[in-house]
Amino acid sequence: MCGIAGVFDFDGRPVDAPLLRRMIGRAHHRGPDDTGVHADGPVGLAHARLSIVDVAGGRQPMAGRDGSLWIAFNGEIFNHVELREELRARGHTFSTRSDTEVILKAYEDRGDACVRDFNGQWAFAIWDARRRRLFLSRDRLGVRPLFYAHTGRRLVFGSEIKALFGHPAVPRELDLRGLDEVFTFWCPLAPRTVFRGVEELPPGHSMIVEASGAVRITPHWRLDYQAVAGGERDPGEAAEELRALLVDATRLRLRADVPVGAYLSGGLDSTVVTALVTRFTDTRLRTFSVVFDDPEFDERGYQRDAARFLGSEHAEVRCSGGDIARVFPDVIRHTETPILRTAPAPLYLLSRLVGAQGYKVVLTGEGADEMLGGYDIFKEAKIRRFWAADPGSRARPLLLRRMYPWLPNLQRQPEAYRRAFFHVEPADLASPFFSHLPRWTLTAGLKRFFAPAVRAALATRDVYAELRERLPARYGDWPPFCQAQYLETTGLLPGYILSSQGDRMAMAHSVELRSPFLDYRVVEFAAALPPSLKMRGLDEKHLLKRAAAGLIPPAIAARPKQPYRAPEAAVFFGGSGEDYVAELLAPGRIAGDGLFDPAAVDQLVEKFRAGRAIGIRDNMALVGILSTQLLIHHFLASSEERSEHEADPAGASSVRRH
Amino acid sequence: MKQIRQELRRFVVTNFLLGEDGDGLGDDASFLEQGIVDSTGVLELVSFLERRYAITLEDEELVPDNLDSIRNLMAFLERKLQPAA
Repeated sequence: MCGIAGVFDFDGRPVDAPLLRRMIGRAHHRGPDDTGVHADGPVGLAHARLSIVDVAGGRQPMAGRDGSLWIAFNGEIFNHVELREELRARGHTFSTRSDTEVILKAYEDRGDACVRDFNGQWAFAIWDARRRRLFLSRDRLGVRPLFYAHTGRRLVFGSEIKALFGHPAVPRELDLRGLDEVFTFWCPLAPRTVFRGVEELPPGHSMIVEASGAVRITPHWRLDYQAVAGGERDPGEAAEELRALLVDATRLRLRADVPVGAYLSGGLDSTVVTALVTRFTDTRLRTFSVVFDDPEFDERGYQRDAARFLGSEHAEVRCSGGDIARVFPDVIRHTETPILRTAPAPLYLLSRLVGAQGYKVVLTGEGADEMLGGYDIFKEAKIRRFWAADPGSRARPLLLRRMYPWLPNLQRQPEAYRRAFFHVEPADLASPFFSHLPRWTLTAGLKRFFAPAVRAALATRDVYAELRERLPARYGDWPPFCQAQYLETTGLLPGYILSSQGDRMAMAHSVELRSPFLDYRVVEFAAALPPSLKMRGLDEKHLLKRAAAGLIPPAIAARPKQPYRAPEAAVFFGGSGEDYVAELLAPGRIAGDGLFDPAAVDQLVEKFRAGRAIGIRDNMALVGILSTQLLIHHFLASSEERSEHEADPAGASSVRRH
Repeated sequence: MKQIRQELRRFVVTNFLLGEDGDGLGDDASFLEQGIVDSTGVLELVSFLERRYAITLEDEELVPDNLDSIRNLMAFLERKLQPAA
């Protein structure tokens, strides 16, 4: 995989190569194998390469059409082999085996619509010198990142925000609205980021920028559940079709000139992916897992079972609470957004292991929960709806207790309160966000920690109303289950799962992730399935289990879903603690940075120090506040200190600021 | 009762993290509606009451009418502590 960066100056001022080098240099981790820049008057493209396909011939930026097209591309077009054949048949000639050249020729052939033929994960920029315009595009689900900023008469763009910040004209300020979204939805909603003036091209969109500065952003793909209305499907046939699709999606994702590995979480999805590789291809696979010291989170038994059953050569990285606290500053340097859970940190350690073993590509099970109905939030919404249909029932809410056997607080929770926390009143049922109300309401409670000025600035803002405006016109016609899937697949998936837990953690150590479940054919197939095949009763991912029958260890097929969790905020207060935690959370520092209420934060810290913090909300609050403070430290501190810090990739183990 | 009110306020302010002195927390403010307590918070509150006032709360007493604001809590405690007084 790779990183890209670039500039387009609408006043025709030439872009200089050293500036491009500086920008791409900040995303060096994305592509340590090679760096290239191309400056053509008012346009400059830069590329950091991680060589995976056509190691010798795939250098970038790459020229096409007699030098009148230039591309900088991050990602993979998995069906490049088939597309090349089609394009050859139409008279195009190729001088490399790379998928980059296929994009160029496809663009020559079909123009902006070429992306509809791509099966892949991409973010790229094509400079079309003849038409004097820039064409930027991002894959359907948002696997690969792409950010941009308009600064004066100029567009600056790149794979990571830090590359944009390499350009002196890009402002470095937080956008409180982005923060508001993180502290509601767990991530900013594209195009918004937490930085003012920095936007993200939404998944499934392309952007055309003319020399005049005119910008047009249009979707090239939309997630849609309209086909569900088609009625029932035979489960056996559907399972067979799903299996065939997954086999093909996996086969395409093994295309690489370097060895491919796989993550094994111990759960269904990654085990299925690994099984598809070992059963349906000749590839001998290496597998990688995180193991936790704390048995509450550890899944090594299942992981080792899977590795043994599938015959993979398996490696583990151990993750302690102290490890999480130690790497957390660098984790936030890569997420470029505050986060509310520590869960990305172990994945950062995992990609470090993979990178250290010489692997650049790993397959994962990402997307299965969204597409095929695995998440607890779907199950919870189903139970809540069932309960709301007979609000007086004493038996119906008991299903919630059965659903979360590992949450002792829920077991003891007073009945009268459970109703309120689970939002089962008639007004809740009418909300388009019914499925997500408990999560979002709980999270939004964290805004209580905002400084009064921040709360005042956001007081009139209604994040729900803004989201409601953006829902597809026919959203209301879809089954509630699919509405919940839509919210997850267009919100948390690109905004957090594929970025903070996905691309950004993997690329921190130059590792590319590929998931067969994110193949658009799988996604569209799943979107057309009746909800009863995704969650049958309360059996999650029913069809996937059926499709995987016989392929995976029976114990893994039968185990109840365990959400991926990592040790939470107490890790920041264990042992002697990390110096940066006390420094960044000190009342003076909190007051100086101005985002949070120093007294409230101090009480929270005290609660942790005394070991009294036990709830989900205290944990999310601490991680959210600490990560926001780290973000300020990394990106908004004075430039002199920043360059000092950038020379110290180990992170902010010693934080100084005046 | 004045002392109880102060104790309750102090517990709510420091445990549910309302900042310096919980400005703006009125005696009638609903903990639920204001997002002050989450599911864990209710349990923290109950165990505080049981510990501090040496009482035991029965399941049917765990309702917002008893627990959902400073005023509700005071009224509940007054009833609860009466026989012992």
